[in-house]
Amino acid sequence: MIQRPGVWLPRVFLYGGALVLSLWVLLPIYFITLAAFSTQDAVYRYPKNLVPRDLSTETMRFFLNSEGIVGSLQRSALVAALTLLFSLGVGTPAGYAIARFVFRGADTFRLAVVSTRAFPIVILSIPLAVTYIRWGIDDSVLGVALAHTALALPFAVLVTSSVFAGISVELEEAAMTLGCSRLSAFRRVALPLALPGLAAAAIFVFIISWNEVFAASILTLRNPTLPAQVLSVLNESPLPFRFAGGFFLLAPSLIVIFVIRKYLFNMWGRVVK
Amino acid sequence: MAAVAERVTLGRRLRRWEGLPYWLILPTLAYLALFFAWPMVKSFQLAFQDDGVWTLQAFRTMVNDIEFGNAVRFTLLLIVVIIPVQFLLALVMALLVNAKLRGRGIFLYIFLLPLAISDLAAGIVWSSMFTELGYLNTVLERIGLLETPFIWINASRESLLLLTVVVAEIWRSTALIMIILVAGLQGIPRDYTEAAEVFGAGLYQRVRYVILPMLKPSIQVALLLRLILAFEVFSTVIAITGRGSTVLAAEAWRWQTANMDANVAAAYASLILVLSVVSAGLVLGLLRTPKEQIAR
Repeated sequence: MIQRPGVWLPRVFLYGGALVLSLWVLLPIYFITLAAFSTQDAVYRYPKNLVPRDLSTETMRFFLNSEGIVGSLQRSALVAALTLLFSLGVGTPAGYAIARFVFRGADTFRLAVVSTRAFPIVILSIPLAVTYIRWGIDDSVLGVALAHTALALPFAVLVTSSVFAGISVELEEAAMTLGCSRLSAFRRVALPLALPGLAAAAIFVFIISWNEVFAASILTLRNPTLPAQVLSVLNESPLPFRFAGGFFLLAPSLIVIFVIRKYLFNMWGRVVK
Repeated sequence: MAAVAERVTLGRRLRRWEGLPYWLILPTLAYLALFFAWPMVKSFQLAFQDDGVWTLQAFRTMVNDIEFGNAVRFTLLLIVVIIPVQFLLALVMALLVNAKLRGRGIFLYIFLLPLAISDLAAGIVWSSMFTELGYLNTVLERIGLLETPFIWINASRESLLLLTVVVAEIWRSTALIMIILVAGLQGIPRDYTEAAEVFGAGLYQRVRYVILPMLKPSIQVALLLRLILAFEVFSTVIAITGRGSTVLAAEAWRWQTANMDANVAAAYASLILVLSVVSAGLVLGLLRTPKEQIAR
């Protein structure tokens, strides 16, 4: 959409539109942040403060001191870390393979990975709940992480493959010509170059797991993750708990988008070649 | 000579690794078999069998449950209302980002913020807006549109419940569509829109006859992802409306966690799977685009 210079009226509309849409995104985030850092009195008061007043960490402390929150927070972090480890550990080699090698079945494999997206994978946690009892990993951090890995793995394979596809194969070949083995060419040439992209993928995998609530609340009972814990008590909880909890679930995702903003288009954007 | 010899050894070394790609994809295949294909089979088995006997009992229980009709209706209503509105919004956002505005990087970042926000977090955020003594009523009173707090979340008025969830879902999930559309827009050569403009095409005509047709593959992918995600939504609904309304995934969740009936939960899961796959097929079939274009 190109506007000729000198056509000032549409410009004003464009900026106005962009501003309105920015407020639409930002205002709810602003209000929940305001609520989370108000005194508990201010949370119950009406009309609400629309500007920062009565600021306090009281509401946040109330949330963090609520029963089960600290434990579920630790479990969430652990589950997300394990998910990151599993899905990149399993998925990166596959991503490398489809980026680097021409082999029979490569397209089929790729299509199979892509088509897993046509299935709501979290729904598959229902039979897993039964299976986990037999495996002895019901209600455990490991069990949730394994389910989350199923969710994140296709994503990890596709993103790592696009990361490696962006690194010239000639660099690795040159290293091999100069006497590197296949493995050390990968380790000393491709891997360092791929590291920033892989890190961005890792951060996004972390947030996929951090956000996931369906599988987490189905696969846990006494040891829920943070979203599962918040969800299970949400409708019986007082407003300060809800607002602080909402902010606490929200904050990491805002930070993550900021950190990996440069890589987002590589991950989500390159949908169409 | 030396170079040729090197090439030969390199070639030999590469040949030695012919099986390598298969070894590299093996862990992923094994994992997906164990945690994707097998649970899917198990899910149908749970839904259609009880103690090894084939039965439709789980489906009968599901269909006869008082909430079943509500869940189906609310899930479909959400899709029908949300998707057109949010595609329009995403298109406007994408066009704004693509216009050469000063500060477009900041606008893009702001529009992308909800991309990583979970449905639960979005639900809580919007319940703080819609709750009776919440921020929306405060703002509306402050600017003089309301005199007493309006009860937005009212279990007896389904259209209002629908509205609140629709707003929250549009807020949360438009970023995903926008990023796909922005990437698609960047693939359209500027010459095309410029040429259309030279020949006197207005903004509407440029969007309708140049941009939209070229965006079709991106729109298809976005529609596909969005439809599949739409069947999974449940915590937004629970966070905002409590037990006031329900969707399919919420019923699967309730049957599994509250009613402890894995068979009925699996029946819901099977229904959601079938609906997702059918709608994915419809999108692919109706907006026919070569397969390689959805490879990412």
